[in-house]
Amino acid sequence: MDENQLAGYADKNQLPPPSERIPAIRWLKQNLFSSWFNAILTIVSTALIMTIVFGLLRWALEARWEVIPANLKLLLVGTYPVEHLWRVWAVVYLVAFLLGFSSGAHGGLMRRVSTTAALVSVVLAVLPFPWGTRGWLLGIAVAAAAGFGLGYLGKGIRWCKRLEIASWILSFPISLIFLNGVGGILPVIKGRTMWGFMLNLIGAVVGIGLSFPVGVLLALGRRSRLPAIRLVCTAYIEIIRGVPLISLLFMASIMLQLLLPASVRPDLLIRAMLTITAFSAAYMAENVRGGLQAIPQGQYEAAYAVGLNRALTTILIILPQALRIVIPAIVGQFIALFMDTTLFGFIAILELLNITRSIMGNLEWRGTIFELYVFIGIVFWILCYSMSYVSRRIEKTLGVGER
Amino acid sequence: MTNDEGIIIYRDVHKWYGDFHVLRGITFTMQKGEVVVICGPSGSGKSTCIRTINRLEEHQRGQIIVDGIELTNDLRNIEAIRREVGIVFQQFNLFPHLTALQNVSLAPFWVLKMRKSKAEEAAMKLLERVGIPEQAQKYPAQLSGGQQQRVAIARALAMTPKIMLFDEPTSALDPEMIKEVLDVMRNLARSGMTMIVITHEMGFAREVADRIIFFDYGQLVEENTPEEFFHNPKHERTKLFLSQILDY
Ligand SMILES: Nc1ncnc2c1ncn2[C@@H]1O[C@H](COP(=O)(O)OP(=O)(O)OP(=O)(O)O)[C@@H](O)[C@H]1O
Ligand SMILES: [Mg+2]
Repeated sequence: MDENQLAGYADKNQLPPPSERIPAIRWLKQNLFSSWFNAILTIVSTALIMTIVFGLLRWALEARWEVIPANLKLLLVGTYPVEHLWRVWAVVYLVAFLLGFSSGAHGGLMRRVSTTAALVSVVLAVLPFPWGTRGWLLGIAVAAAAGFGLGYLGKGIRWCKRLEIASWILSFPISLIFLNGVGGILPVIKGRTMWGFMLNLIGAVVGIGLSFPVGVLLALGRRSRLPAIRLVCTAYIEIIRGVPLISLLFMASIMLQLLLPASVRPDLLIRAMLTITAFSAAYMAENVRGGLQAIPQGQYEAAYAVGLNRALTTILIILPQALRIVIPAIVGQFIALFMDTTLFGFIAILELLNITRSIMGNLEWRGTIFELYVFIGIVFWILCYSMSYVSRRIEKTLGVGER
Repeated sequence: MTNDEGIIIYRDVHKWYGDFHVLRGITFTMQKGEVVVICGPSGSGKSTCIRTINRLEEHQRGQIIVDGIELTNDLRNIEAIRREVGIVFQQFNLFPHLTALQNVSLAPFWVLKMRKSKAEEAAMKLLERVGIPEQAQKYPAQLSGGQQQRVAIARALAMTPKIMLFDEPTSALDPEMIKEVLDVMRNLARSGMTMIVITHEMGFAREVADRIIFFDYGQLVEENTPEEFFHNPKHERTKLFLSQILDY
C-alpha cells in the first residue's frame, strides 16, 4: 500500500465527533423547568439573585469611594513621612529591577510576572493620580525594562546566575534597612509600627523568607536519626500547632513586655514578625514532611549506592522532589501567612486593617466601612490570587520530569 | 588483608529481619573479572544478599570483605566500598527530577569532585556505550523502560566501579526491551567487569556466567558452572527449581 492509499484509508473511517450543542430552549427545559416545583424554584431564585445584584450595584454607584484616594497614602504606608517616600519607591524599583533582570536572564514564568508588573504600573499611571505619583509609577516599568535589558545581555555569562541569586537574597535585608534607616547614614524613621499595608507586606515577606528554611529544617529534624533532635522538633511542631496565632501574638506582645527588660527586648514589630515566622514554620514543616514521606525508599538507595552521603542525598535528591510535590500546600501556607499579618492589628500595630479602623473613626469618613473593607478585600485578593497563579505556573513548568 | 583471596569474600554471613532469619550462613568467594548469576525462588534472600555488599542492608554476623575492605559500621569504609560497587535495581530508581545526562553525571561531580564539563563528557560517553546518546536531555518519565534501565547502568558505571551488582534488571521490562538491556550487560561482562547478576533469564546465565549460585531459604544450596548447573545439578532442590522455571 502506498502512502496515498494509506491516507485515503485513514480518511474513510474517520467520523466527526457527535455534536454536543443542545438548543437553548431544550437546555432550559431540561435543567431549570423540568417540573412545576423546579420552575417555581428557578423563578424565585432568579428574583432573589436580581435583587441582590441590583442592590450591590446601587450601593457601588452611591458609595463614597473618594475615601480610598483621599486616604490612599495612609492605607498603603501609614505614617511613613512624605519626604522619605522616595525610599519606598526605591525598594519597589529594586524589586521591579530584579524581576526584570530574572526575566531577561530566564524568560518563562519570570517574564510573565515582570511584564504583568510593568503593565499594571503603566495602567495605574493612566489613572487620575497626582502627576508626581504617575511619574513614580512609570518608573516601575522603566526599572523592570532596565533590569530586563541587563539580564538579557548577561544571560551567557557564567557568574550572572550567581549574581542574580545573591542579589535576590541580599535585596531583602537591604530593603528593610533602607526603609528603616541606619543611624548616621539614612535617618531612622520613627513609629515603624504604623506603616499601614507596607507592614502586611514586610511581615509576609519576612515570614515567608524565614519560615520556609526553618520549616524545611524542622521537617528534616523530625525525621532525624538522632532521638534528641527528633524529640525537640516534634515537640516544637506539635506545641505550636496546638496554639492559635493570636494567642502567640498576645504572648509576644504582653508577656515578653513583662518578662524581659526593655533594654534586651526587641521592639514590637520584630517580635510580631518572629512570632508569625515561628508559627508558620511549624505548619511549613508538616507540609514538607508530607512531601518527604512521598519519596520512595528506592531514591535513597540509589543515591547512597552511587556514593552520595546523607547530606548530599537530602539536598540533591530528596528535597527537590519533596518540595515539588508540596508546592501547592506551601503556597497555600504563604497565602495564609500573608492574611494572618492582619492579626498584627490586635497587638496595636497599625497595619492595613487597623489603620482602616482609625480612618473609620474619623468623623469626616463616618459610615465608609464597606468601601474600605471592599478595598482591603480587593487588595488582598489580587496579591493572593497572583501567588496561587504563580504557584500553578511553577507546578506546570516543573512537571516536565514527573514520574 | 590481601586481595588475591578474592574481590568479594563472604564468610558465614547471617541476617535477620526481626525474628525472620533471611540469610542463614552464606559463604562464597568471587574473583576479579568473574560473572556470577544468582537464582532461586522468590523470597529466598537473593536481593538481601547482594544488597549487603554495598551495605544497603546490614548483616549481623559473619564477615564480608569487598576489595580488601571489611564492611563494618565504619562510615568511611561504607563510603569507600560504595564507590567501588555499582548496583542496578529492578525498578531502575532513576532520579526523576534530573535528565538522563544529569542522572549519570551527578555522582562523579559531587562525589569524585570531577569538573562539571568533564563529568558531563564522561556521562555522554557512557550513554553512548549503552546506546542512547540521543536521549541525554530527556527526563526518566520520557524514556521507555529499557532506556531507563540503560541510563541506570550508565549511572552506576559513571563511578568507575570495580564490581557491578544487578538485581533482576530485566524483570520489570516488556519482552521486547529485555534484549537491549541484556546486550549491554553482555558487553560489560566481556569487558572484564566483575558482576553479580540476579536473574531468571536462563539463556543469559548459560551464555555469560562463569558460575551459577542457587539460593533457597537464605542458604546457598548449590554453586556450579552453567554447564553442570543446567545438565547435571547436584541437589534435588535445584532440579525441582529448574524444572519449574524451564517449563514455562
Ligand atoms: N525490610 C524487610 N523487612 C522484613 N522482611 C523483609 C524485608 N525485606 C525483605 N524481607 C523478607 O526477606 C525475604 C527475602 O527477601 P529478598 O528480597 O531478599 O528475596 P528475593 O530472593 O530477592 O526474592 P524475589 O525473587 O522475590 O526478589 C522475603 O521473605 C521478604 O519478605
Ligand atoms: Mg529480589
